Amino acid sequence: MSIAPYVPIAGLLVLGALFALFSCTIAPLVGPKRFNKAKLEAYECGIEPAPVPAGRFPIRFYLTAMLFIVFDIEIIFLYPWAVSFDMLGTFGFVEMLLFIVTVFIAYAYVWRRGGLDWD
Amino acid sequence: MTLAEQVQYQSATGALSSVWLLIAIPLASAAVLLLLGRKADRWGHILGCASIGASFVLGLWYFFTLRGLGHKAVSLDLFNFIQVGRFKVDWGILYDPLSATFVLLITGVGFLIHVYAVGYMKEDPGRRRFFGYFNLFASAMLLLVLGNSFLMTFIGWEGVGLASYLLISWYQDRPAAATAGKKAFLMNRVGDAAFLVAMFLMFANLGSTDFATVFNGVGALPHGVTLAMALLLLAGACGKSGQFPLQAWLPDAMEGPTPVSALIHAATMVTAGVYLIARSNPIFDATSLGQTIVVAVGAFTLLLGCVIGCAKDDIKRVLAYSTVSQIGYMFLAVGLGGGAYALGILHLLAHGFFKAGLFLGAGSVMHGMKDQTDLRRFGGLWRYMPVTWATVGLGYLAIIGIPPLSGFFSKDPIIDAAFARGGWQGWVFGLAALLGAGLTAFYMTRLFVLTFHGKKRWTDDIEHPHESPGVMKLPMILLAVGSVAAGGLLVYGGFTTWLEPVFGTTEVPGHEPNRAMMIGISLAVVLVGVAIAWLLFRRGTALVEQPARSPIVRAARENLYGDVFNETVFELPGKLLTRAAVFFDGKGIDGIVTGLAAIVGGSSSRLRRLQTGFVRSYALTILGGALVVVAALMAVKLG
Amino acid sequence: MNPVLAADITLPHINYGAIAPILILLGMACVGVLAEAFLPRTLRYPVQVLVSLVAQVAGLATIIGLALSNYAKKPTLTAGDALAVDGPGLFLQGAVLVLGIVATLLIAERSVERGGAFVAQAAVTAGSEADAEQARRQPSQTEIFPLSLFALGGMMLFVSANDLLTMFVALEVFSLPLYLMCALARRRRLLSQEAAVKYFLLGAFSSAFFVYGIAMLYGFAGSVKFHDIAVAAISSGKSDLLMFIGLAMLAIGLLFKAAAVPFHVWTPDVYQGAPTPVTALMASCTKVAAFGGILRIFYVAFLDSRWDWRPVIGVIAVLTMVIGAILAVTQTDIKRLLAYSSIANAGYVLTGVLAMQKDGISSSLFYLVTYGFTVLAAFGLVTLVRDQDGEATHLSRWAGLGRKAPVLAGVFTFLMLSFAGIPLTSGFTGKFAVFSAALGGGQTTLVIFGVLSSVLLAFPYLRVVVLMYLQEPAADAPTVAVPGALTSAALAIGAIVTLLLGVWPSVLLDVANSAAQFVG
Repeated sequence: MSIAPYVPIAGLLVLGALFALFSCTIAPLVGPKRFNKAKLEAYECGIEPAPVPAGRFPIRFYLTAMLFIVFDIEIIFLYPWAVSFDMLGTFGFVEMLLFIVTVFIAYAYVWRRGGLDWD
Repeated sequence: MTLAEQVQYQSATGALSSVWLLIAIPLASAAVLLLLGRKADRWGHILGCASIGASFVLGLWYFFTLRGLGHKAVSLDLFNFIQVGRFKVDWGILYDPLSATFVLLITGVGFLIHVYAVGYMKEDPGRRRFFGYFNLFASAMLLLVLGNSFLMTFIGWEGVGLASYLLISWYQDRPAAATAGKKAFLMNRVGDAAFLVAMFLMFANLGSTDFATVFNGVGALPHGVTLAMALLLLAGACGKSGQFPLQAWLPDAMEGPTPVSALIHAATMVTAGVYLIARSNPIFDATSLGQTIVVAVGAFTLLLGCVIGCAKDDIKRVLAYSTVSQIGYMFLAVGLGGGAYALGILHLLAHGFFKAGLFLGAGSVMHGMKDQTDLRRFGGLWRYMPVTWATVGLGYLAIIGIPPLSGFFSKDPIIDAAFARGGWQGWVFGLAALLGAGLTAFYMTRLFVLTFHGKKRWTDDIEHPHESPGVMKLPMILLAVGSVAAGGLLVYGGFTTWLEPVFGTTEVPGHEPNRAMMIGISLAVVLVGVAIAWLLFRRGTALVEQPARSPIVRAARENLYGDVFNETVFELPGKLLTRAAVFFDGKGIDGIVTGLAAIVGGSSSRLRRLQTGFVRSYALTILGGALVVVAALMAVKLG
Repeated sequence: MNPVLAADITLPHINYGAIAPILILLGMACVGVLAEAFLPRTLRYPVQVLVSLVAQVAGLATIIGLALSNYAKKPTLTAGDALAVDGPGLFLQGAVLVLGIVATLLIAERSVERGGAFVAQAAVTAGSEADAEQARRQPSQTEIFPLSLFALGGMMLFVSANDLLTMFVALEVFSLPLYLMCALARRRRLLSQEAAVKYFLLGAFSSAFFVYGIAMLYGFAGSVKFHDIAVAAISSGKSDLLMFIGLAMLAIGLLFKAAAVPFHVWTPDVYQGAPTPVTALMASCTKVAAFGGILRIFYVAFLDSRWDWRPVIGVIAVLTMVIGAILAVTQTDIKRLLAYSSIANAGYVLTGVLAMQKDGISSSLFYLVTYGFTVLAAFGLVTLVRDQDGEATHLSRWAGLGRKAPVLAGVFTFLMLSFAGIPLTSGFTGKFAVFSAALGGGQTTLVIFGVLSSVLLAFPYLRVVVLMYLQEPAADAPTVAVPGALTSAALAIGAIVTLLLGVWPSVLLDVANSAAQFVG
């Protein structure tokens, strides 16, 4: 295994990092600094900046997000299986069925214990 | 017995195969009495007497069985006691004329004193326990004389030591009694330790402590080892028998009840040392230096006991020092060797009778005088206690050696034999024994006269001294009979021949032609002693202690500085050694230990600070550890 | 068609019989989840306990069946060489289950604390109205049972995993439920949740090392299978720097689970914060699993390179034994004390592992079982000493316990003596086994440090004993709860096994000896 094919990638990474560094350091140094009230306020519309977040997210958002990830990953597994379904045959079908069943067991638990109720 | 002869004991058969019952019966009785507790209070003393009586009857039976046997010595292996590799010890019994004699003494005199104690201890709430200890003592003492190896003897030896300790401190609430018990125990430990080392020597050199093995093998040992063994055994014997330099505990042991003094500290246990030396006669025969040392110890102790006995005012202490002195005679005899072994045992038996009788008499006097023991507070008692007077009188005549009482037959031959040793030793030891006889006559006369004759010098609270009850009188009478008759009976009954299988010879050294002259001289010395005492004390004595005018009196009152000697020679270095050890232990060993502990504790509390509770610092620790591990593995690889 | 997709896929053969124990555990865990979903509240507890115990007993029976039907002698690889069914694997699976059953008994106990040690919703503030409401409606948490089944199944998978990826998946399968279980304490909820978060964060951190190690080793050997790595270590032309970095990373991930210094930092906090039955489970089963993985990796994948890495792991073993012991000395909380003791014990097992010969395997296996039973009983006893705030774990509260509860104090003393390695206890025979194996393997230094550290450790153990017997109890001394049938059974099993293996170690040592051959 040679490391040669990866050299351009590394070069690109370095270049990107250098550019970001350059932009961030040079702008405050060379740019003019003239402040007034209008500049410090939100422009015409938008939310007034506030020191603390206005409130907490309900935990339900996280729960939903987590559930989404579970099923998302299930899809990721399903896709390649579907593509090579012919080769995997019955064995693959049974295994995938088992996989789906386990995920649905979890689904059933979430559903029965109210994980899907918004209120 | 010549050394070429092999000691071999026949196995016990027939009646003698049950000889272990002698030990077992009192032991079982002791167990019953001590374990049953108060439930046995009402009949405990009867069981105690019955068990020792049964042992006595059995002892008689065995005795006559043994007389009928040709070989005169049987051994009985009971069971395997300890077996570790080549080290093997059996519980075994040796029953031979010497053991048989002791069995009869222990159970016979023991039975009489048991009976006496029924009356003497009547008022004591712990009488049942007392009999338990008494039976325990009897069984241990029987084991001591019946064991067929030094180890068996030692087990009995320790058993009697324990019983002695328990009984000396019987009156636990008296500090003096408790201290006396401890003193006896400690001083006995010194002797016991020597005994143990002697056994170690036997194991190391002969591989066993069986009498047969040891006695057969002792001839082949280098003289140094034999001498060491003999001296260590002697030290053990001195501890148990109250011989110089371990004599100081015996007089203090009189703090125990009088039957204890009579049985344990006069008749039986304290003679165990004599038994040990007599039993080990092949060892002592093999080292004449060892024998001479035994004789010297005996001679010195007998004088020491006499001198102190003259200066004491406590009736039991006088008798105690008398015991020390009389055992000195026995040591002297067994040290002389040859036929004198039998003389020592003979004197031991005779002494067992008359000294037990004297103690019981003293107990009887105390019983009638509200436990008064001060000679100066007696006087004129013969009228109130005729039986006691008569029995003590007979014992007194016996101990000073008036013919034909038993002391005459047992003590005079010893004096004779001492002179017969010849050379300067003969003169020194013979004169010491002779002087001892005179002193004995002096202090015993003093005791007798001050107690029973002269004016009454009683304390005010005594109205009318009373004679003891029959249960106490009967043993006293029987012992008095023994005091009168035992010596003559034994001598003319062929006692020395009886012991011949044990000691090998009966030939008593002595100047046959001068025999009559010797008897005359010693009788004259005794009579002089009696006369002086009579003149001095026939009118009684002062009620308070007189100032000691001469150094010898001062010394005698101070027990010839025996306790001071112990304190300076043993206690002081012991204390210093203890202090040094404590210092070393505290500063040295503990210092290291506590220092280490402090280091561990300190590093522990320092390391604990790393456990901050913050995940970020934990993660940092893990990361740091990971870096080090990776770096180390790479270093191993690259380096 | 895409050439990649056109490549032939060989379907792996799966020997379902050989992996049946794992399938039973995980399958029954799914049943447990369904039971949680569909059963009414009142039925859940008995059903879950039943499911949990049946699953483990059935799994154990299957393992014994497999061991008797010669899988131990003729080991196999299955599922595309991803799983090894061999002597050590079966022994470790059995050990996990045996200890798991005892731990389950402790978890299922409900009479000591009303409703059990686990709260249904840990997020509810303790003592609030919602808490009272919760206590009324939903007295207890029963998800703990499927969670523990998942964890135990994961551990069994972990100890028989034969390639790095399977091992990693198994690691996560048994770790994630444990993180959750740590957070479920009814009493001292914040401490419990803090412990869970710490365990989770640091566990994730160490998993990252593990995955990184897998990547390195794949780079080195071109395979994640242990056998291929072992072959590559001998014959690969590549620099083995990659291999050593990979090995280091893997070891870090595993030593974290085993609580070896310096990857032990989570242990005292988590052991203290977690509900005590869960701590017992972690101290016994997780330790077995972690060392199962370590044994397999060291003895299968890296046996031939042992001369290079053994000194480094040896230093870790020494540090683990010594620092664990030193830190135990000043602990004032019984659970933290046991945590540090568990760290030091990890060092002892590591000493046995580093013998790198057959009796190293067998002695480590033996030690893990002996320690597991003793520590289960010890934590079980900790659950019984209580005051109104729950368990009284501060050592000063244990003063004079010998007088108040002589039986409890007696058993605890016995367990402490076992920890201290006093003869006639399994602690002695176990230490004797690992130390003699290490001596045989030439690890004299390790043994010296091991013995020194056991001497050090004897101090804190005996201090507890002294505290219980020789000090006056405080006026408000904690009461000792009467153990329910389940706790009693767990305690009895733990103490009896500690005694049995102390007087008759050969009964288990022979099994461990006959099992001590990895399939490679």
